[in-house]
Amino acid sequence: MTRAFLALVLRDLRLAARVGGSGAMGLVFFLMLVAVVPFALGPDLNLLARIGPALLWFSAVLATLIGLDRLFQTDVEDGAIDLILSSDTPLEVLVAAKGVAHWLTTGLPLALCAPLFGLLLALTPGAMLSVAATLVVGTPALTFIGAVGAALTASLGRGGLLLAILVMPLMVPTLIFGVSAASAATAGTIAFLTPFLILAALSLVAIVIGTFAAAAALRQSA
Amino acid sequence: MRISVEGLACRRGERLLFRDLSFALASGEALVVTGRNGAGKSSLIAMLAGRLTPAAGEIRAEGIGEATLAEVANHVGHKEGLKASLTAEENLAFAGAMLGRPRLSPREALARVGLARAADLPAGYLSAGQRRRVALARLFVSRRPLWLLDEPTSALDAASQARLAEVMQGHLAEGGLIIAATHAPLGLEGTKTLSIDAHVPGVDMSGGAEGERA
Repeated sequence: MTRAFLALVLRDLRLAARVGGSGAMGLVFFLMLVAVVPFALGPDLNLLARIGPALLWFSAVLATLIGLDRLFQTDVEDGAIDLILSSDTPLEVLVAAKGVAHWLTTGLPLALCAPLFGLLLALTPGAMLSVAATLVVGTPALTFIGAVGAALTASLGRGGLLLAILVMPLMVPTLIFGVSAASAATAGTIAFLTPFLILAALSLVAIVIGTFAAAAALRQSA
Repeated sequence: MRISVEGLACRRGERLLFRDLSFALASGEALVVTGRNGAGKSSLIAMLAGRLTPAAGEIRAEGIGEATLAEVANHVGHKEGLKASLTAEENLAFAGAMLGRPRLSPREALARVGLARAADLPAGYLSAGQRRRVALARLFVSRRPLWLLDEPTSALDAASQARLAEVMQGHLAEGGLIIAATHAPLGLEGTKTLSIDAHVPGVDMSGGAEGERA
């Protein structure tokens, strides 16, 4: 079981890193969003610093969505899904592996680069740290909520739009608590820890429910 | 192990592809499924692999314990399931990890299909026939007893077809089972044949021939 899990994670990491892989796509999209906002809003550093954590989180949600439709679709198209479905390892374990690999190539890089991109939005060092911390804890929720939508739309040719409509509302709670924890450092009206712990809980719940729901959806749709 | 299929029917959308299809297969036996294009050969293979639900009838398997038929089947279908950017060896190693019950290493399996030198090439660089052979090499990385083959000889040259017949004969001798959907003769001896055409509703029954050949 461990062998199949690791093999699938390793394969997806390799695919993301090779030519034609989608490894850097989410990150580049994230950078583009964050880099364009100061041009749109003008050079008001106070305003940017105030809305910066929200912007980074909002960009992270969109950047997660952008590659998500291909999560299971590529395997359905080339037939690799047959191998995954015929494995004697439970499908839930393998779906979790896909989710982990997706998070390692999308969510984690976003969180690690967020402090750097925070420079563009005139964030204080404290705010940069809290944005990075909330993204590390919150992006697994985005990935695993999205995995359910990706599994449902796996066999549709252009499932991207439908996927976004399906999962975007489900990502809203994560966004709300992520932003409120991240902006605690700048706004100072609420404690950091309360929304942060709820965010952590949301991620844990999403990992469990998302894994089982995505596996069930994949059995039907693939 | 033993597989018995009774009264199987397949419906895709509104269309009934075939019905009342029955056969039984035991260890060491092979079944060749024939039929015109669109008769439902691939659908039958997909049903046996657990990828489609029968509209009617039953698929029973004995002697595999708790496992489902899909978990003891090594299915090589139309889609090769190869990732273009991974090497042939990496593709096979992944297949081996998914299928479990390890047998030969990916390199040894590639050598069996005559592709030892292509092990480090990305699958995207391979020709159709070579990709097919990499997919067939999957049969050697795992010790699964039931081989489900959908048009296994397509895109293969004569030498590769002969080699395939040889390894299939070897698998049967080891007590394995083979169910293959094909137009071309596989060059196997003592196989059962099943013509799906005879079970297609609304088709002249005299055209299809069903029976066993010794």
